[in-house]
Amino acid sequence: MVLFTIAIIILAVILLAVAVYAVMQKDLLFATIATGIISLILSVMFFLLQAPDVALTEAAIGIALTTIIFVITIRNTSRREDEVRITEESQAAEIDKKIKAKI
Amino acid sequence: MKKVLVLLLLVVVGYSLYVPLSQIEFGADRMGSIENPTTVGAYYLSKTPSELSVANVITAIVVNYRGFDTLGEVSVLFLAATGIGSILYRRRKEGEHSETISKPSSQLLQAGAKLIYPAILVLGAYVFIHGHLTPGGGFQGGAIIATGFLLMMMSYKDFHMNHTVLTWVESLAGITFVGVGIGGLIVGTTFLENFMPVGTLNDLFSGGIIPIIYVAVGFKVAAELAGVLDTLLSIKEN
Repeated sequence: MVLFTIAIIILAVILLAVAVYAVMQKDLLFATIATGIISLILSVMFFLLQAPDVALTEAAIGIALTTIIFVITIRNTSRREDEVRITEESQAAEIDKKIKAKI
Repeated sequence: MKKVLVLLLLVVVGYSLYVPLSQIEFGADRMGSIENPTTVGAYYLSKTPSELSVANVITAIVVNYRGFDTLGEVSVLFLAATGIGSILYRRRKEGEHSETISKPSSQLLQAGAKLIYPAILVLGAYVFIHGHLTPGGGFQGGAIIATGFLLMMMSYKDFHMNHTVLTWVESLAGITFVGVGIGGLIVGTTFLENFMPVGTLNDLFSGGIIPIIYVAVGFKVAAELAGVLDTLLSIKEN
């Protein structure tokens, strides 16, 4: 029982650390992999806490499908967080120019 | 200003979570005993094995007691898949491959994918066929099967899902779900009533309509997720 509690606490601490990393990371690919790791730890925790149904769902959807969908999206857009903002701003400026030219 | 608002929102949410939860002693047993059920949870735990002959109580709740909610969930997933498809799906021309997978994947991935792909499909089918006996069910099994298809799509450029087949599988599975529900209305009194014989506990063919519905949900979820992934992977870069 003590061992179980210690395992849960260790997993929770790792989970929090990876979650903070995922939020702070500017490289979106690394952040996506970190969210995948969060799902992995969560699935282990669900299993330890006697919720195997939820653990299965989390394993299939959280680790595999969501991560892959995010990776596909990142490949089709931009990998770094600041880049996105710059391109968005430049695109907005271009659209502004076009609208002004039309007017 | 924005950060202050976010903090304020967090405080409000935290307070409204803390107030009801602070009344309950940590680890308190609020279920009542199984022999003398006082809450709905204890009722499900005590009645499911005897009335429905279903070993996995969660499946009985998801498919039978709360079957209408599951129908709603399946419809939400269907709408999401339809939305993604209507925005991103592009009919492929003859002999055209998806352009986004520019490099062929490595020999190791290709050989490994070929080896593990049938095993993943069998595992997914096992999970949703045995949904009423072991943990898991339609959603989990469907998602596992979709990951198997995803592995093949990532390994082989030529591997594509046939969207006509996917549409048919999805539609037939959805019709099965609703048809079984209407059957309950015809034979019994309510929508999704368990009108078939429940059999004996722990048998593969037991639980009445529950295995039928979960197999249908498994096929539906697998087809939807595989279709979404195939559509996403074949986006052409402009």
